[in-house]
Order: sequence, then structure tokens, then C-alpha cells
Amino acid sequence: MQRNLNHPTIVTIEKVIDETPTVRTLIFSDDIMPNVLPGQFAMVWIPGVNELPMSVMISKESGKAAFTVRKHGPSSTGLFNIPVGGQIGIRGPYGNSFDVKNGKLLLVGGGTGLVPMMRLLTFVKPSDDVTVLMGAKSKDEVFFEDLANDLLQHNSHRVLVSTDDGSYGEKGFVTDLVEKLVNETHYDAVYVCGPEVMMYKTVQSAHSRNIFVQASLERMMKCGVGICGSCCVGEDLACRDGTVFDGDHLSTNKEFGHLHRNKAGILENYQV
Amino acid sequence: MEPSIATSIGQIQLDKPVMLASGILGISLDVFNRLYASGAGAVVTKSLSTAPWEGYPNPTIFSVKGGGWINAVGLSNPGASNFAKMIEPNQDVPIVVSLVGSVPEDFEIMIKEFENCKVKAFELNLSCPHVAKVGLEVGDDPGLVKAIVSTVKSTTNVPVIAKVGLGTSNYLNTVNTAIDSGIDAITAINTVRAMAIDVEIQRPILSNKFGGLSGTPIKPIALRCVYEISSQYDIPIIGCGGISSWEDAIEFFLAGASAVQLGSAIGDNWVGVFDEINKGIIQYMERKGFSTIKEMAGLAKKS
Repeated sequence: MQRNLNHPTIVTIEKVIDETPTVRTLIFSDDIMPNVLPGQFAMVWIPGVNELPMSVMISKESGKAAFTVRKHGPSSTGLFNIPVGGQIGIRGPYGNSFDVKNGKLLLVGGGTGLVPMMRLLTFVKPSDDVTVLMGAKSKDEVFFEDLANDLLQHNSHRVLVSTDDGSYGEKGFVTDLVEKLVNETHYDAVYVCGPEVMMYKTVQSAHSRNIFVQASLERMMKCGVGICGSCCVGEDLACRDGTVFDGDHLSTNKEFGHLHRNKAGILENYQV
Repeated sequence: MEPSIATSIGQIQLDKPVMLASGILGISLDVFNRLYASGAGAVVTKSLSTAPWEGYPNPTIFSVKGGGWINAVGLSNPGASNFAKMIEPNQDVPIVVSLVGSVPEDFEIMIKEFENCKVKAFELNLSCPHVAKVGLEVGDDPGLVKAIVSTVKSTTNVPVIAKVGLGTSNYLNTVNTAIDSGIDAITAINTVRAMAIDVEIQRPILSNKFGGLSGTPIKPIALRCVYEISSQYDIPIIGCGGISSWEDAIEFFLAGASAVQLGSAIGDNWVGVFDEINKGIIQYMERKGFSTIKEMAGLAKKS
């Protein structure tokens, strides 16, 4: 029978990479997930634990894809703890993707928000001038720096890291660095994925200077196809209309950067 | 003259006959506005309870091989009070408020929360198949159905619809009791209790193990129920279950429905499905010479 993309397909974890003490990349073979577009996600079933929306990570080996997870709550810790040989269910891919522009590009990622950025790097042209900004709390939590440099080896590029405590790279919030960079350079496109407040500030910095900007939003998700309504952001459904939205659109959305819904669907404020 | 797809479900007047079913997308007023602009005749809210409910952990919704969707969301909702505040500014969208509860007092309390809201109708969820003490467990208890419907009817002048489904008793008894207790209309049917097991993992996929089946596979069952109800009772009916095309909608009209609701079809075809079905209904009516939905209602029973 043909694969039903909305039904969990079981895959086996073949390799686990420890990126930091709290972040792991789990690699598996699949026919579809290696070829998804940057920004697309899968619903990942961790049997007996939960099902989570996860951006699909690239793998250097063909025919393979991955999920990069930070252990945080019980569900992400459940995924983090899946050993080699362990099985998970995947459905999707879901959502739209970043519009791949050319020229001077700025990619901004915080934590596992770097996952769609790494996939986006596989779509750049050798003629593009690419800056990647990585934000982390401290040196321990920096990952994908070598990978980004490796993916951009044929490009004019730089990979900049900022840590909140200054233990590595530039000291301070990544959004301050974004503000500085967009002030100095007119980028052809800015892409961002990470904590909502980081995305909000990045979108503001770029959009206010008429720079094309896109952000990939994260919300609580259940169905992935736009029927349960859990992930609505104003009139938009993050899973179906997004997860990638333009700065033009986001600047008209009253909830972006400020509000998200909890499990019962009640609006709550983001903590700034 | 172009045929009119406006319809009446008893006292409930709608400009268009295709409604958003309960449980689907019904969580923000911005989304309701968007669905209304996309051609929905009305939107039914998620079933609301007296207090906020978080629902079950994922997996809660997925598609089944061979078609259709299975879900056990667990009636997650922000609670009637929060929800009423959210829809208070609404002026334009015909909103049907779905309510779920265990005893008559639950419904009475919730209906009072909506005193300052423009509500087209209330729909009583007597048929959710995957949450204890509510839904089907209420629908299967004639004494409780009678008490709830009577209480609700004495609490509000807004039309009240009972949404029935297939439980452990004959659903026609629930319909009969609801009608005797003064219900204004019936929505038939809800999802059908079901499950799916993964053969590799060797366990049920839904965290709740059991859920409800929706979509194309249940359409013939829902159609049979609408036909049965309209054959036995003089009550306005809203058909619900697996409707995804104009042909499906027409089938339900011919079986006796005055309007239809859909949900799963949005997962497959997204929000454009409302206008697509509306257009198909108009073209069918032109071709067959009908000028109103009412002219079609129940025609299949004559043959």
C-alpha cells in the first residue's frame, strides 16, 4: 500500500550524535524526510511518551535524515533518550518553507532553531554571500558552528556566535548583533528561527529597514494539517499556513511575539 | 434566476448550508472570521466545558491507512467563560456554541456565560466517543438527555441542537428523547468510536488508545442515520460525517438534511473546501432546476 503521509511511519534510530550535554541528533533512514524543504517539519511519535512537531535535520549521508532535540520537558527528554536501535513514528512533512533568495543572506538561529537554518544552507548558491548568526546562553550550548562552516566552504561567508554570558564568541543577545548587522549591511534576505522573542526582534530589525525577512514559528501542535486549531496565531495556523511567515504578514499579526496558546487553548504571554 | 443556497434549520437561518463541525479549528475569533469569509455558513465552536480542559497527550490525531482520520483530542478547550469573553466582539459570524457536560447544571452555567454574545444556536455534544462521563455516556442515558435538554430549553431562547452519535444504545432513542424534551434540531452524527494499533511498536497509536473515526469512511453511516431520523421524525437535521464534496452535501440533503457540517475535509483540502462545495451545490441546483435547498430535502425518500 502507498505510504499515507498523515499516518505514523516507523523508523529506527541508526546513530546518535551528542551535540552538547543537552542536545542530541538522532539519525534515521527514510525515503521522504531527507528531501524536505527548509522550514518543513514532521510529527514525531515517541511511543508511550508523546508526539512532537520537529524540524527535519539534514544528514551528511544520502537517504538519511535526523531530528535534533534539546532535552527540556518529559516529551523532548523522551526523544533525547531514544537509543540506537530505538523506534519512533514520523508523519509529514508538513508546512511551507523558506523562500530561497540570492545575494547577501543573513541566517539567524537560536538553539534547535538552527535546524531549519542548516537545511537552508544546503539550498544556497556558491555566489551567495552568507552570514550565519548563532545565539546561545553559554559556550556549553553552542552547536552546529563547524557544520555551518563546512556547508558554506564554497561561499563567501562568516559564522558568528553570540553567548548571553560572553563565555564564547560575542557577549550579548543575538538580537543585538542582528540589529548591528542590518544597520551596517543591506541584506537581500534575513531568515530566523528560535525563541519567539528573538524572532520578533529580528523581524522588527529587518522589516523596519525594508529588508525581506522570514521567520519559522513554533506553536503547540496536535494534527499538523490545520484541523485541530491548537497552533493558531491570530487568523493563521502555524502548521498549515506556516511555519514560515513573511515579515510583512507577521507585522500585521497581533499575537506574534506576544501571545501563544496553552494546552487548553488559552492565550498566554511570552516571557520577555 | 440563480438558485439560493440559503437554508433554515428550524428557526436557524443561514446564508450558506455548509458549516464547520465542532472540534475543528474552533478556537479563535480571527479564525472564525477567516472561515466565514471562506464560505462557511456557520462555525461550530469546540465543545466547551465549565472549566478549561487540556485534553489528552499526543498522538491525538492522525490519518488511518485507507482513508479517514482518527482522533482523541480529549475535548481540550479554554472553558466556556474564557471562550465567551473571546467571542464577545463578534458581530458578523454565525457562531454555534458547542457545549459538553455531565449534568444539567453544567449546561445551565455555561449558557449564562454567553448572555452578552451573539450566538446563532447552542449545540449539545451528546456524542463525543472518547471522554468519560460526557458525550456518548450522556447520550446513552435517556434520563440525563431529558433533564439536560429540558434545562437548557428553559434557560435560553436561542435555538438548541442535539448532536447525536453511535453509542451503546440505539441512537434513535436519544433523538426521540431530545425531541420529546423540546430540542430544535439534530446534528447526526459524531465520530465513530475506533482505534488503530501500530504493528511495529505493537501498541495503540492514540495516547488515549480509543478515539473517534471521521472522514470519508463514515459518510455512508452518517447518511443512513440522517435518512432514518428524517423518515421517523419531523425535526430539522444537520448532516455530519465524511462530507468532502458537493455530491456528498447533496446526498445528505436528499436524505433529509437542511444543512451539513464538515471537518476532516479541511485536513485534506484546506479552507477552500467551503466555497468549492457551495459552488458545486449551486451548479447542481441549476442543472436539476431547484431554486432552494428545501426543495431537495428528503427527496430520496419518495422513491
